Amino acid sequence: MEKKMLNIKLKVWRQENKDDKGAFKDYEAKGVNPDMSFLEMLDELNEELILKDEIPIEFDNDCREGICGMCGMVINGTAHGPKSGSTTCEIRMRHFKDGDTIVMEPWRAKPFPVLKDLVVDKYAFDRIMAAGGYTSVRTGGVPEARTSLVPRDDAEEAMDMAACIGCGACVASCPNASASLFVGAKVSQFALLPQGRPEAAKRVEAMVAQMDEEGFGACSNHAECEAVCPKEISIKGIARMRREYWAASIK
Amino acid sequence: MRFSTFSTSSLGKKIYMGVMGLILSSFLIVHLLGNLALLSGDKDHFNAYSHFLTQSTGNVIYVIELIFGIFFLIHLLYGIVVTWGNWKARPIGYKMVTNAKGASKKSFGSTTMIYSGILLLIFFVIHLLNFKYGEEIMYVTKDGAQIRDLYITVVHFFTNIWNVVFYVVVIVFFGFHLSHGVWSAFQSIGVNAPRFIRFMQVFGSVFAFILTLAFVYIPIFIYITGGAQ
Ligand code: HEM
Ligand code: SF4
Ligand code: FES
Repeated sequence: MEKKMLNIKLKVWRQENKDDKGAFKDYEAKGVNPDMSFLEMLDELNEELILKDEIPIEFDNDCREGICGMCGMVINGTAHGPKSGSTTCEIRMRHFKDGDTIVMEPWRAKPFPVLKDLVVDKYAFDRIMAAGGYTSVRTGGVPEARTSLVPRDDAEEAMDMAACIGCGACVASCPNASASLFVGAKVSQFALLPQGRPEAAKRVEAMVAQMDEEGFGACSNHAECEAVCPKEISIKGIARMRREYWAASIK
Repeated sequence: MRFSTFSTSSLGKKIYMGVMGLILSSFLIVHLLGNLALLSGDKDHFNAYSHFLTQSTGNVIYVIELIFGIFFLIHLLYGIVVTWGNWKARPIGYKMVTNAKGASKKSFGSTTMIYSGILLLIFFVIHLLNFKYGEEIMYVTKDGAQIRDLYITVVHFFTNIWNVVFYVVVIVFFGFHLSHGVWSAFQSIGVNAPRFIRFMQVFGSVFAFILTLAFVYIPIFIYITGGAQ
């Protein structure tokens, strides 16, 4: 069957550097193969721009298979675009119709300053992790498998929480630019396992303090984050972080 | 952790707000049940209730008022501080916002909490001036007691259609506050067992709906019937 190629109009946020004011610029992507990925569409557009001696559109990406958390932009008003449970790199052009206009914006949050076009500085997440998102090193041999028992449900939930790739879509989609889903997931993944317990109180206090320090908003429980999270992390993680915080508060 | 650290953290603020919000919600239930006496055909019922609350409880009522007043103040001050912080966290907004639906609980109610809250605050002051600190008319009940006729003050007030409209609008808008607030409070406190929270999401909406309907019914009823004489 003959594939119908798509002609798409693009409205892309262009910003030269951190201090530039930035503005939307219109482009047109002609003859787009619907099986292409969204980022390939941008690659092709960028090649055209280069040939025309224009500056290509800057966007973050690395693995292009939904595991690194590098990519991410707000596509038509939704973080990571129209398909739930996927990253920007996993979006295919068949999610769009011929003649559609696609608006592309960078993550918007005070702690995520725009560096260039659609690229933002997400080091705020790293600083939160550095504040407590780890377990202190244990050296020595591998312990016997049953030395510390982990209930199956806890292990499952810890895995679900650990699926977070730190993409920042939760912040981007939150009306308050809150990082609660990210921090909740990280706090939970450790809090659920015996290895994470000894430092649980210290960890949640430090990570929350750093989250606030960075200038993220508070969580109003809109749950918009869960809906856009490529790893479909539940706001249960946010509730667990709050329980851990209660517990830490009386220590 | 220091008490001050807890109280100024984004999590702590919301924990306070949630606890206070739930306590204030329980106050609304009591307030409604008492006010249902306004629907009685005998105005002595409502006046006796109001007399009991204000005169027969001694200093207890002042203590209760003070406690609820403080809870109300904590809730609304944190509400303003938290919302202000949330606005500051995104100085440059999006050109286009499309709600993701699916697991999202974002709603009209959830995105207008500060507006429904502030409107309620303004209403609260007017409401007290209308009734609690309104005109004091005394009368003699059928049992021969001389007490305040708050009933007649209420009925007079609601013979004016604009007063009725004002009350209805505020109550309906505030219903949205509760439709998000009730389940949200549990989530803020950290209670999120999957089945419980799904129950609370439904319960919260039903609770908000019933409370709104009942509170709205009273002024409309009085306007239409003209009250008992
Ligand atoms: C009888 C009066 C009130 C009741 C029953 C009530 C109830 C609630 C409840 C249950 C919540 C959810 C709390 C949470 O998610 O942790 C809430 C949130 C909120 N309330 Fe109220 N409230 C009342 C008055 C007010 C007033 C006067 C304001 C004025 C500013 C206000 C502002 C807010 C705001 C801004 C939120 C959302 C906070 C956020 O999550 O970002 N409320 N309210
Ligand atoms: S919680 Fe989900 S949306 Fe947020 S950073 Fe992790 S993977 Fe991305
Ligand atoms: S590029 Fe790695 S998740 Fe999208």
